[in-house]
Amino acid sequence: MNRKKINGNNLLLLITIALFVLMYAAGCIVYGSKGFANLQSFLNILINNAGLICVTCGMTCVMLTGGIDISVGSLIAMDCMFLAVGMETWKMGSQVLMFLVLVIGVVFGLVQGFCIAYLDIQPFIVTMAGMFFARGMTAMICTQQVSIVSDKFFTGLSSMKFSLPFGGYVNKKGILQMPYVRITVIVAIIVVVLIFLMLKYTRFGRSLYAVGGNQQSAALMGLNVKKTKLKAYVLSSFLTSIGGICFCLNTMAGTTTQATGLEMDAISSAVIGGTLLTGGVGNVVGSLFGVLINGTISTLVKTNGKLISSWSNIVTAILLCFFIVLQSVFAKVKEKK
Amino acid sequence: MSSIRSLTKKRLFLPIFSMLLVMLINVIYDVACGNPPLGFFVITIKNAVLYGRLIDVLNRGSEIAILAIGMTLVVSSSAGTDISVGSVMSLYAGVCCMTLAGFGEVNVSQYANPLLLGIGAGLLVTCICGLFNGFLVAYMNIQPMVATLILWSAGRAIGLLLCNSQIVYVRVPSFQKLGAYTGFMPTPIIVAAICIAIAAVILRFTALGTYIQSVGINKKASRIAGFNSAKIILLCYVICGLCAGLAGMVATSRIYSADTNNIGLNMELDAILAVALGGNSLGGGKFNLAGSIIGAYTIQAITTTLYSMGVSSAQAPVFKAVVVIIIVVIQAEPVKEYFKKVSSKRAAVKEATKA
Repeated sequence: MNRKKINGNNLLLLITIALFVLMYAAGCIVYGSKGFANLQSFLNILINNAGLICVTCGMTCVMLTGGIDISVGSLIAMDCMFLAVGMETWKMGSQVLMFLVLVIGVVFGLVQGFCIAYLDIQPFIVTMAGMFFARGMTAMICTQQVSIVSDKFFTGLSSMKFSLPFGGYVNKKGILQMPYVRITVIVAIIVVVLIFLMLKYTRFGRSLYAVGGNQQSAALMGLNVKKTKLKAYVLSSFLTSIGGICFCLNTMAGTTTQATGLEMDAISSAVIGGTLLTGGVGNVVGSLFGVLINGTISTLVKTNGKLISSWSNIVTAILLCFFIVLQSVFAKVKEKK
Repeated sequence: MSSIRSLTKKRLFLPIFSMLLVMLINVIYDVACGNPPLGFFVITIKNAVLYGRLIDVLNRGSEIAILAIGMTLVVSSSAGTDISVGSVMSLYAGVCCMTLAGFGEVNVSQYANPLLLGIGAGLLVTCICGLFNGFLVAYMNIQPMVATLILWSAGRAIGLLLCNSQIVYVRVPSFQKLGAYTGFMPTPIIVAAICIAIAAVILRFTALGTYIQSVGINKKASRIAGFNSAKIILLCYVICGLCAGLAGMVATSRIYSADTNNIGLNMELDAILAVALGGNSLGGGKFNLAGSIIGAYTIQAITTTLYSMGVSSAQAPVFKAVVVIIIVVIQAEPVKEYFKKVSSKRAAVKEATKA
């Protein structure tokens, strides 16, 4: 019984990885001539989605407890606007601002987590209010688009390249080019590894699974359910703030409409990666692959060139629908056993 | 004291109280600015149509009021919210305008298809959206918010696809009629009034309202009592989809175009907020349609007030978010229990001192 349960959950992860490999291979075959098969184009998916990877890790932790956090997209917009206005208008140092952004993230998460864990309000309603609050605050800070140009440290970070020692290719001018990653990718990979280890080996990580699996038995086991939930939301907002900094390093600007619908991307990535929406089951490795699948879809749509960008939304929604139904079927099968 | 307490326990207390509060704020603001103190309530006739801030609230609040009908039923029956309504509104705009203008056209002054066909096609598509949501919730046992998340993203995207990512204008007077004026009365008010009346009649004179509430209170018990719970939940989602379509109809006619990116944007929060403000529990069960409708117009009054105070539309969500949080915190069980404890302690102290 126990073994079968684990198999079922691993199956979801396997489906995800297989889907990614299949999709990427198909992309390589169809768009190979447009440079899709290069190692760099794969790394570009990572570079473009580094912020999303951080956010999805946090989202996975929240979803493990059976909750949801849809404030992430707006929070990122607020972070970016805060960084941009802070550097350009208030002329503050970027190190201080980045630290402040992380503090804002923790406070934001504390308020949301308190409402959800201690006041027993539905996570969706609280984070929806948080989403509108953050989006409105972005407009409160500044309604125009602000580009970051003046801060040397920040622009330096943004343009930093880390070349890989292998996989180089010769471009049209005959120069050997090494594939590279940005600093944001390194941050994202560190976050994934840390969260993976945390979920696997720490007390907090295990109690996240326990709370999501069954709140009552977790409470009877002596776990502090409310505190665990609170911590999950704080962690999510904190990781979102890290993601926000990564996002800002990518776009180097703050606008009020930035990262709209990012929460959808994060949730669908986590769901596609095998995280159950009812909680208790999930894995950041799956979430990472979920993000990669999302990234591949949008890259494929962009590489095609003829399709409208909303196609990537539609395809993601179809995939999301497929995985949600699959999960529900699995849950029914498990119940019957 | 006891009369105040019994008053606060009335179901319509919260929506009416917040409505009065918003009006009071308007009066205070007007006095502070040196305007006539009752400027909010003045209704005049300008250019042969009704004019005034109150009319503006009623007019602009039509979409939210229509959405609130469907949302109330969904919340009551399935203890969850349909977050796809805004997106479905925009999908209606896409389908309707595309049918009327012909695929690929951007700016037309003549119908390619009859008006009724366009509206019918739009409403049909939104009903199918409701059917899809309802199927996932009722038969696949998926949490409502998650199930509707799919259309939240896809609805707008499909709308954009139908319009080729462009704003499709339909410059025909009969199309604009639904968003403009009938005689001296703004048409959206009439549309909303008809929708509310139909919903009220159905819920009052058939047993549907009771069925929905019983399913919301206990799904399993209602099934054992002989209701088809899943079918009733499905029906609620279809009604919600239809309401989203009707709201989309008003919104589209108002701007006589399918601005798919912006129609119904963030409307789902307004609709959910209307339901919460109406004194309905977001945990399902008993519902109060009148409360939701008053809640809907209260929200529009808040929005109109914010705009008249010079808050931009991008900044307004901050205040709305604060209002949502205050309402749900007041309704939260632990908070209620805390206040109960405090008041019972006070009563005990009183009795002890009396004795």
